[in-house]
Amino acid sequence: MSNSTVMDSKTAWGGNNVSPYGASYGKLMMWFFLISDALTFTGFLSAYGFYRHYYSSIWPSAENVFTHFPFMHGNHPLLYVALMTFILIMSSVTMVLAVEAGHRMDKKGVTLWLGLTLIGGAIFLGSQAWEWYHFIHGTELGAIELGKGYFTLPDGTVESTKGIIARWTDESKQALLLPWKDGADYITITGAQLNEFITNGKEIHGANLTHNEYGHPLFGDFFFFITGFHGTHVFSGVVINFIVFVNVIMGTYQKRGHYEMVEKVGLYWHFVDLVWVFVFTFFYLI
Amino acid sequence: MEHSHDHHTPEPYKYAVHHSEEEGKKTRRVIWNMFWVLLGITTVEVTLGLIWKNIGISWGVVKMTFIILTIAKAYYIVAYYMHLKHEVKALKNTIIVPFVLFALYLLYHIITEGVYSGMMEKWLY
Repeated sequence: MSNSTVMDSKTAWGGNNVSPYGASYGKLMMWFFLISDALTFTGFLSAYGFYRHYYSSIWPSAENVFTHFPFMHGNHPLLYVALMTFILIMSSVTMVLAVEAGHRMDKKGVTLWLGLTLIGGAIFLGSQAWEWYHFIHGTELGAIELGKGYFTLPDGTVESTKGIIARWTDESKQALLLPWKDGADYITITGAQLNEFITNGKEIHGANLTHNEYGHPLFGDFFFFITGFHGTHVFSGVVINFIVFVNVIMGTYQKRGHYEMVEKVGLYWHFVDLVWVFVFTFFYLI
Repeated sequence: MEHSHDHHTPEPYKYAVHHSEEEGKKTRRVIWNMFWVLLGITTVEVTLGLIWKNIGISWGVVKMTFIILTIAKAYYIVAYYMHLKHEVKALKNTIIVPFVLFALYLLYHIITEGVYSGMMEKWLY
């Protein structure tokens, strides 16, 4: 860090050009915004943790929900979301390389790395749309959402069946699995009781804000809210990066004598990656 | 605006730092090292998520491992990619202290109120 551009009096904020933070106004405000945004996500994820724990017996496991991979058949739990995580980390790397190129006033370098960051962000958004499509669409087999009523477990506990999701054991649709266990295995329903459950219940495919084929509807709600809120951040990040990218090509920052704007949008972009690291762990892994 | 650098005038703050080709090389090495660290941690997480049932570790241990690895990943992103490690102390504290305090406050409420969640079922519905 050899030489630096001294701030002009218009962008400095009093105090005789001295900042106790050693940062410009814009950079500091970006940091403050990120703190408040981080707390919003902390709130989302804590609430998610609460309900996940509260309904732990009937909460779906993400590895049973997100099993698709483009152009591949069969079951690939975690694989696609791992790829998405890799893409976002990669775009964070290209972003920080763009910032580094900016410090050397290397316009070509900034253009290249920021361009790659844009592509990474766009691929991530596409992947998220694809993931949402599969979650909303659900499986062909579907599941039965049970109607009003009560079910007595082998140990004598009485459970309300309203809204409980029962999965088919296989494609023949001859037996339903309840989310409650008898010993180590889930309780299986067949025969007359099965028909009764089907008549009282409702066949559902996929998920929306009120129904969820894979388990508790709150799982769907949190999925849509958390990944949706994060996706909105990625989207606005891509838009902001694009605006800065155009400015880089036009030479705006070269004329200004520094690429601090790339640093500021870089902070935002890394934050988006940071949030995804937490979403990945708490939503998909735990 | 030019400054005279006598002992009574503090340094004007560094704005839009520039660095040389060699310094750039060093910075890039750090960036790529951090990339391998982040990729490595993610690979460990995904592998553990897929195989933990087959190698006989308890879910509690796996869960704690995930959380620790995630916080490690967050540290590397914030410290190196967001450059917070090399900012002045005042800035570091201004960013980290309020966030950690509020995050702990949220977690405290989730955990303490969570104790009553069993009663929610009995008394509310």
